[in-house]
Amino acid sequence: MLTQRAKQVDRRPMTGLESIYLWNILKGMMITLSHLFKKKATIQYPEQKRTFSKVFRGLQVLNRDAEGRENCTACGLCAVACPAEAITMEAAERLSGEEHLYREEKYAVKYEINMLRCIFCGFCEDACPKDAIYLSQTFAPANYGRKGFIYKKEDLLIPHPIEQPEAYKKALGEKVVKADG
Amino acid sequence: MYRQTEIIKDASQPGIEGDMVINVGPQHPATHGVLHLVITLNGETIKKVEPHLGYIHRSIEKMCESLSYRQFIYVTSRMDYLSAHINNHACALCVEKGLQVEIPPRAQVIRILMDELTRIASHELWWGAMAMDLGAFTPFFHAFRERETINDIMEDTCGARLTMNYIVPGGVMADLHPDFQKKTKEFIQLYKRKIHEYDELVTGNIIFQNRMKGIGYLSPEDAVSYGCTGPTARGSGVSSDIRKLYPYEIYDKLEFDEVLESAGDSFARYMIRIGEMQQSIRIIEQLIDNIPEGDFQAKTKAVLKLPKGEYYSRVETARGELGVYIVSENGTTPYRIKFRSPGFSNLSVLDHIARGSKLGDLVAMMGTLDLVIPDIDR
Ligand code: SF4
Ligand code: SF4
Repeated sequence: MLTQRAKQVDRRPMTGLESIYLWNILKGMMITLSHLFKKKATIQYPEQKRTFSKVFRGLQVLNRDAEGRENCTACGLCAVACPAEAITMEAAERLSGEEHLYREEKYAVKYEINMLRCIFCGFCEDACPKDAIYLSQTFAPANYGRKGFIYKKEDLLIPHPIEQPEAYKKALGEKVVKADG
Repeated sequence: MYRQTEIIKDASQPGIEGDMVINVGPQHPATHGVLHLVITLNGETIKKVEPHLGYIHRSIEKMCESLSYRQFIYVTSRMDYLSAHINNHACALCVEKGLQVEIPPRAQVIRILMDELTRIASHELWWGAMAMDLGAFTPFFHAFRERETINDIMEDTCGARLTMNYIVPGGVMADLHPDFQKKTKEFIQLYKRKIHEYDELVTGNIIFQNRMKGIGYLSPEDAVSYGCTGPTARGSGVSSDIRKLYPYEIYDKLEFDEVLESAGDSFARYMIRIGEMQQSIRIIEQLIDNIPEGDFQAKTKAVLKLPKGEYYSRVETARGELGVYIVSENGTTPYRIKFRSPGFSNLSVLDHIARGSKLGDLVAMMGTLDLVIPDIDR
């Protein structure tokens, strides 16, 4: 649709003074130099790190309950919900004597997330009925090979709350622990 | 000085002896992605530009056919990653059309606010990157400084900084962050303080103007026949703002102008985007204090099924019209999805506007078309 509403741009040819460009260069330099004395917009990474917001969707963490048992029951709902097909797992029955390790009767022996596939959408967290997986406020660090981006269960699992309370607290971050999943 | 580009008549015959063919890209800083241009030159004059595509083709359309209606929306963030939120919006609108759900007013306002913030962020990045293409490095940092504030606002509410994945069919994923209004108002203040810097540094700079004015002339007729949309078409005086022509959500109730220029050259396209940022600020100012209370999400079923039929929706992204076309066979996944991306049509015009101008100007023309390559290839 053609319209007549457009406004005209000034298209006069340059004056002699303008064609020297000197004034314009100086004007630009003035703005740039004035920023030397203003507050810095940058932060000194890695000495200084910015904190992410509470809802930031970063690296997944497999949760444990307050007694340190793994929440995940290997139901596979997260893998189904995942748009990137990043999650693979293998389920196993809990044997007697393992009740202190796994909360449910079934657990995941193998649980892998391919961080190169994951798009950090948070669907796995939404889908999980057991509050077993959540997205933390960190991101996957760099790695030398593709293999390094396939995170195994050991990499994803949160530290034990009783054996390593410090590390557990740190990993938990802003996440609120629910009493039952 | 106003330079008129003249079109070489026999430029369509390549391979004449004495011509030089050079390749720009696929790894070239000026193409902002993996675009490959094969340029036929006569001396320094461009005779022909052939874009070669496909270096970042991820078959998103095919991929979407195997994803559910909730899942596929998030994959489209990876098309035009600078207006990821608006892409999601287009897809959600199309799904909602099929489901016939009513979006709560709060969700509509939140979506528009985020859309406009995304638009500003996208134009900021374009502004910085384009100035960098022309050899001015500082604007890039100025642009990123302001854009960072938007990213922070996005992160607080959406949970991610670039690919927000915030929209779900029926509304938005979560409620606004309590600080959202405060931070957005701060951003508007900051932006208004900084915008004069943009003008002094780049827009008003006579060196910059000389490199832009009269370069890459696109006539309104050609803009229409090549299917250009967005700022590229509006720079030639073609009214093409979907927000005005086919209003979605509550855009018809908002006061804003469609920015239009008549010159059709690179400078006109530049001015459009600068003007659009201000219009977006205007929209945000109207809405920020009037966010209705209520739900942020309509109730939808856990598994979405679209009734058999064809659905089309379109939105105005930062680059132009994005159309989403879904064919449903009454299943949980779409039978076929087609995206009409603005970048593809806008790129197709490059050969036309570049013919007859100098090689050094090609970067300026490409910059003002605002190409995002993943959007073109999909
Ligand atoms: S965040 Fe999304 S993409 Fe990543 S594993 Fe979870 S569901 Fe899959
Ligand atoms: S993480 Fe949750 S959804 Fe995924 S298998 Fe374990 S219990 Fe099921």
